[in-house]
Amino acid sequence: MEIKIQKRVLEVNETEAEKNRKFFREKNVFVLNMMSSPGSGKTETLFKTLMRLMPKVRVGVIVGDICTTNDADRLVKTGARVIQINTDQFGGDCHLSAPLVMDSARKIGCEDIDLLIVENIGNLVCPAEFDIGEDSRAVVLSVTEGEDKPLKYPLMFRVADVAILNKIDLLPYLDVDRDLAVDNMKKVHPRLPVFEMSAKTEAGYEPWLEWLKIKVFEKTGKGL
Amino acid sequence: MHEMGIAQQLVKIALDAIPKDLKNPRVEIIHLKIGKLASVVEHSLTFCFEIITKDTLLENARLEIDSVPVRVHCRSCDQSWEVTGPVFKCPFCEDGDVEMISGREIEIISLELEETPCVDQPQIDKQ
Repeated sequence: MEIKIQKRVLEVNETEAEKNRKFFREKNVFVLNMMSSPGSGKTETLFKTLMRLMPKVRVGVIVGDICTTNDADRLVKTGARVIQINTDQFGGDCHLSAPLVMDSARKIGCEDIDLLIVENIGNLVCPAEFDIGEDSRAVVLSVTEGEDKPLKYPLMFRVADVAILNKIDLLPYLDVDRDLAVDNMKKVHPRLPVFEMSAKTEAGYEPWLEWLKIKVFEKTGKGL
Repeated sequence: MHEMGIAQQLVKIALDAIPKDLKNPRVEIIHLKIGKLASVVEHSLTFCFEIITKDTLLENARLEIDSVPVRVHCRSCDQSWEVTGPVFKCPFCEDGDVEMISGREIEIISLELEETPCVDQPQIDKQ
């Protein structure tokens, strides 16, 4: 006896992500999902981004980690509203799911912010699979990770809307081909905008900030 | 890495789909469709599935996975092709705007149940 089903297995998350999207539209907030492997410099990139965007663009941050509140403790110093999610209470999940993001978004409030950044769990695989109701997805790759990561983790670079090549200040000390790293990202995602920058020295920050401000303005009419 | 979460969702959908009026239903096969670019490792999914279906109606059910190729379409030159590696660049117009058509599916298609009568057989009066 055969029973036909034909259902998407992640439908529950997808339905919740759509609810999130509606909520963020009502609150008039642009949502950026930031993803990368652990240690790519996501938090430092974010720290410097917040320092330069605030207070003109009002930012809220949801930080996902399996354990510790280290990232939230760092980011709160920028004056942004920050909330930490630790997934160890939920089974040590390797990604943030739509319902978790909604819980935190409600706690943050979203009433008087223009941009909500979700710093996802450091992982180049799983977060790419889970829609959280974001408007754009950013992937951060640091030059220390090697040029071939986009080819090894194609889904992450396929689903991204923008990429940051971070830690370019370290290039003189590494045998890394920066152009090849960018070229590999473009092989996976030909029209992906890539910003080459250093969160430490803030080299190359302007084009990235400009991209982000335009995105926030396009959705919300705020922040420029 | 998140195969346990996927297995849990899968089990929930499968259990909900079993008709309530069946007596001792036993699921033999669950047919799935999984795209080659979906972040699912087959043997991890099977391993997680076996653990969480112990002592349920799905115990001993087998996962039959139909792997879906990655197909893409170039909006710029309107060509479609199958991608077999991580390179998505349009081979026809080089700088094309490439969209995915298939390859990210994680779908449950159907269940196969062991044939069992729905109701008790009527007792035949031999007298």
